[in-house]
Amino acid sequence: MNLLGRSLLDIPDLTHDEILFLLDETQKLKAKSGKESPELSSSSGKSLALIFFEPSTRTRSSFEMAAFRLGLRVLNLDATSSSATKGETIYDTARNVEALRPHGMVIRHGGSGIPLQISKLINVPVINAGDGFHAHPTQALLDAFTIREKFSKLQGLKVLIVGDISHSRVARSGFQIFKMLGIKVTVCGPPTLIPPFATELGVEVKYDLDEALPLADVVMVLRMQIERQNSFQIPSLKEYTARFGITTERLDKIKKDSLIMHPGPVNRGIEMMSAVLRDPRCRVMDQVQNGVLMRTVLLREILGVGL
Amino acid sequence: MTTSFKNAILFDPSQRLKEKGSVVVEGGKIVDVLIDKNADSGKIVDLKGQYLFPGFIDLHVHFREPGQEYKETIGTGTRAAAAGGFTTVCCMPNTNPVNDSSFVTQYIMEKVKQQGVVRVYPIGAISKNLDGQSMAAIHGMIQSGCVALSDDGKCVMNAYLMRKTMEYLKSYDIPVIEHCEDEHLVGKGCMNEGLVSSQIGLRGIPHAAEDVIVSRDISLSAHTDGRLHIAHLSSKNSVESISHGKARGLKVTGEVTPHHLLLTDESLRSYDTSFKMAPPLRTEADRRALVSALQSGVIDCIATDHAPHSEEDKDVEFEAASNGVVGLETAFSVCYKLVERKELTFERLVESLTSSAARIFKFSDRGQIKKGFLADFAIADLNRPGKIDSSTFQSKSRNTPFNGWDVKAQITSTVVGGEEIFNIEKGICL
Repeated sequence: MNLLGRSLLDIPDLTHDEILFLLDETQKLKAKSGKESPELSSSSGKSLALIFFEPSTRTRSSFEMAAFRLGLRVLNLDATSSSATKGETIYDTARNVEALRPHGMVIRHGGSGIPLQISKLINVPVINAGDGFHAHPTQALLDAFTIREKFSKLQGLKVLIVGDISHSRVARSGFQIFKMLGIKVTVCGPPTLIPPFATELGVEVKYDLDEALPLADVVMVLRMQIERQNSFQIPSLKEYTARFGITTERLDKIKKDSLIMHPGPVNRGIEMMSAVLRDPRCRVMDQVQNGVLMRTVLLREILGVGL
Repeated sequence: MTTSFKNAILFDPSQRLKEKGSVVVEGGKIVDVLIDKNADSGKIVDLKGQYLFPGFIDLHVHFREPGQEYKETIGTGTRAAAAGGFTTVCCMPNTNPVNDSSFVTQYIMEKVKQQGVVRVYPIGAISKNLDGQSMAAIHGMIQSGCVALSDDGKCVMNAYLMRKTMEYLKSYDIPVIEHCEDEHLVGKGCMNEGLVSSQIGLRGIPHAAEDVIVSRDISLSAHTDGRLHIAHLSSKNSVESISHGKARGLKVTGEVTPHHLLLTDESLRSYDTSFKMAPPLRTEADRRALVSALQSGVIDCIATDHAPHSEEDKDVEFEAASNGVVGLETAFSVCYKLVERKELTFERLVESLTSSAARIFKFSDRGQIKKGFLADFAIADLNRPGKIDSSTFQSKSRNTPFNGWDVKAQITSTVVGGEEIFNIEKGICL
């Protein structure tokens, strides 16, 4: 498996075998890591630039932690405030960061396709940490890993993705990785938040959550992107929660032997109630932990650093 | 002065003319058309067996002057027209200031006199400052030379304003041109809504955004008996509406751009902003419907919607990039591909760039190779392989989706009023 020097922009950048390799390596690293906070490597002699054009806490910290484990020096560029306001284009920002000579770049941007466009301009590997409504490949990898931890056989497994599918890069990358792994995907949400041609994207569409929940092996709840809603998409958050929220009552409809996941951050009381987070089937904290491990493996392979 | 263009293939589908022959020109007009004969009066121009068409007519260009001269000027825009075989072009009013009064129309006409190398006719705004609220100073604009009215770039969302404009224009017998895109349905969309937009995560614009306005305006045209011209058709359903409208005998015409005839939303997978325009590129089914409607005459003509933008306007995030592509210099060469692929007849291609376009704006002295008509010609070599190279454009802007395309047919010379103004070897001749 050779990922050295390659960019990861979208799930189809990886072959089926490469995905399995990343899952296996993450498993090995997890077995080795134990429960304690891991020892950090001393300097690997390499650096990683994190350019976030859109605010992020979770993904950024996850990449930072992964980089620390590998002894990578991290350059953090909060591009939400710096260059854009001075009139510099994102492409110039990226070229400028490249001129600082990092060994890799992790990019998040609110516009779909931006990491891809940047990767065409520069000569260091680019890892997409989420672009617009398009892709979030590292999230898809860590989700696949979290599912495989629980279910050794993925073929034929049923994942239900609930929420605002239209504006979700997590869902889009999920569709792709789950399809490659033989997992069946059903989406559930108000029709106004289901992307057009969803069936052609290879997923089943259901509008009745109570009917869909009992069939799912994995329930992936998406964050309600409140900032992206307008009054023409859903009548109110209250109505959304009533129809599509994972309420305490709905917990009973979910299989005993299932997983409940959420990419975070959770809007408690909107897409899921606090009680759901306490439910033993809910693996949100595992996802966070697995995210660091998965990203550690990915950075290790792409940048060719130790561990 | 007399000039004879000899040894040409005279090609004018409106008269079913396809003959070897010559055209004799005097005082800027055609004085004789000789079939199977070589003219020998005055200055002789030997076309060596190339095709001679009536000069192309483009009802839809943006020359950005006044106000955005960094994108294009009337000088550079008309040079681009000349390089593409266009001898008459009509420029849209979304300049800064907007062409919504005789003052701006006169300013444009003055610039045309100073810098124009082809014939330019301004199109005036429907509403003041394109605000969609109240009528612009229509009479003055028409008196000063405007040949149609449009709020192009914006859709007239107020149906009452559209109705009243159609009625008002009946006293002038000029058409209103609609940019059919319901702004609420467009929303923040930046490409066609479809499978591709769902996959690549860009907000979509449904074809219904166009369809509903086309239907609405056809109803208004029926109600008012007013003349309606639909700009840059992009959707299959709109084409059907126009077809029905024409079958009912309504005064409805339509145009289509080369990019909508040749490209689809599949091109957007690259996130290349050279493929961003309004209305957006749609699906292969739409594209096919547009080509066959052009062939059948449901769509009357080809118009380029030449929309120059600077690198700064285009080399940004997809959502933030300006809408539009340049088209004058590539229209004939790329559309000829449809002829090569047998999707469109050669006759219909040339007709839709000449006589069919002339008819919509009632240009009665051009668009045909006929005695007494203007001596405006586009001369083409159908077997001159080349590559589209935006760095050689006459236009100030380079925003073409066709850069690097291999083409076979090229415009080699353009003649306005009997004078050669463009030659593929020499460039612009003045």
